[in-house]
Amino acid sequence: MNILKFIETFTDDNLMRSTGSRRDSFNQFGNIGKNLAMASIPFGLAAFSNKAMAADIQPTPATPIGALQFALTLEYLENEFYAMALDSGVIPASENGGRDLKVFQQISAHESDHVTFLINGLGGTMSANFVPKPTFDFTVGGAFDPFGDYPTFLALAQAFEDTGVRAYKGQAANLISTPDLLTAALQIHSVEARHASEVRRLRGLKGWISNDERGAGMPSATQAVYDGEGVTVQAGFNTAALFGASAGSEAYDEPLTTKQVVDIANIFIV
Amino acid sequence: MKNEVKIHEVEPSLSSRRSFLKLSGLTLVTAGLVMAGCSDNDNDDPIVDNSLPGIKNGIFDLGSGDFGVLTYAYALEQLEADFYTKVVNASSFNATFNEIEKQVLTDLYHHEVIHRDFFKAALSGALPDPNTQLLPSLAFSYGSLNFNSRTEVLATAKALEDTGVAAYNGAGRLIKSPDYLLLAGKIVSVEARHASAIRSLINPNSSDFAGDDIVNTSNGLDDAKLPSKILPIAAGFISTKFTATYLP
Repeated sequence: MNILKFIETFTDDNLMRSTGSRRDSFNQFGNIGKNLAMASIPFGLAAFSNKAMAADIQPTPATPIGALQFALTLEYLENEFYAMALDSGVIPASENGGRDLKVFQQISAHESDHVTFLINGLGGTMSANFVPKPTFDFTVGGAFDPFGDYPTFLALAQAFEDTGVRAYKGQAANLISTPDLLTAALQIHSVEARHASEVRRLRGLKGWISNDERGAGMPSATQAVYDGEGVTVQAGFNTAALFGASAGSEAYDEPLTTKQVVDIANIFIV
Repeated sequence: MKNEVKIHEVEPSLSSRRSFLKLSGLTLVTAGLVMAGCSDNDNDDPIVDNSLPGIKNGIFDLGSGDFGVLTYAYALEQLEADFYTKVVNASSFNATFNEIEKQVLTDLYHHEVIHRDFFKAALSGALPDPNTQLLPSLAFSYGSLNFNSRTEVLATAKALEDTGVAAYNGAGRLIKSPDYLLLAGKIVSVEARHASAIRSLINPNSSDFAGDDIVNTSNGLDDAKLPSKILPIAAGFISTKFTATYLP
């Protein structure tokens, strides 16, 4: 598949199995949080909302252990997402010189390593600090088809990687009292950023985030991943002064709070 | 261990520059670096944690603590900004690189100049006496590096970006202020995005964007290096003398 060709045809609507009222519901929310989760479940909400709410993960405490638990849950999500995609065959094996498959095999290997690393960091699966893997639904009740439709898979991969970068960044202060854990978290953080850059570039975007733009072809439901990325003042310094707002915002990635990330993750947890 | 790096005028030879281009960034050894004053005995001369940046014994020292780390980052960002400024202003830039490469390199030039100027402004505002404590503008030398060579420019960019990621990852634990830690975090992920993109330009149909040469294959962790490991690498390009006596 020619990547430019599918990007051309890759619109918000294409990601949905039907349009109309669902599209409206995607557009009507303007903030992140539970509203997003609601808006992202465009139909049949009453049928499974209770179950979904019951299984929601909660924000972790602002402690080193909490940060690791939080990170582990995110890594569970990414790890399962890529493992399922590789199993499903949705990733084209020979297009782009085999690039896509090589890229996602490498990303999948890293996410698997991160899960193992964080479980060990929490003291193993028998530790009181261990948190089990939630049950994920990457179709969000049927709204997405990431394992049958490659552009949808790519879009969610971008959203997860860009979320991961912002999520780890937001936990750094919680690890400031534990230098070894902080260093390890930073070492995962930069790997997520390497992933994010490559997935974005596979999708024909820049490897970095301009303003708070989710980028061409990204469903509007993913906007929560990008809200707040358009900052152009850092510690009082105007980063837009020299080369404009796009460059100024690209030069800095912004954090997400624990709550903001949990709300995004809960969209995919049932 | 107390570490002092004295960076002298760089006189790179052709052979060392070529060696550099063959090596992945963090293992390279470059000419022109003099390590001096390393003490194995911390008890004789304990690290002073509140040493401010400034001239000590005739040479600018980066200092310790948060100001020391920020000044260290400022030095590295000066290097990256200078490098990409030279890249985009090279006589054959438009002919050497394709459209995507030009876009990436121009963006990196913008980002790194912004980072450099940000640190200058932040340190100028935060240091008690910026007139004496702000690291001056450094001078750089790239030896025989051909800025009109796609291969050499991309290889050097890869080394600089990977080194930048490892430097921020390693320095995070030295930062005491959550605000400064967050600022470093905001920058390091952009450096990692850069490193990934440059690696992908060099070898697109591969896993090199987060290759096994830089991401540990047993735990999925990126590189992290302390200033004492990073500065000898950067010193290959920095011709202005400074010391880092109080950074580990």
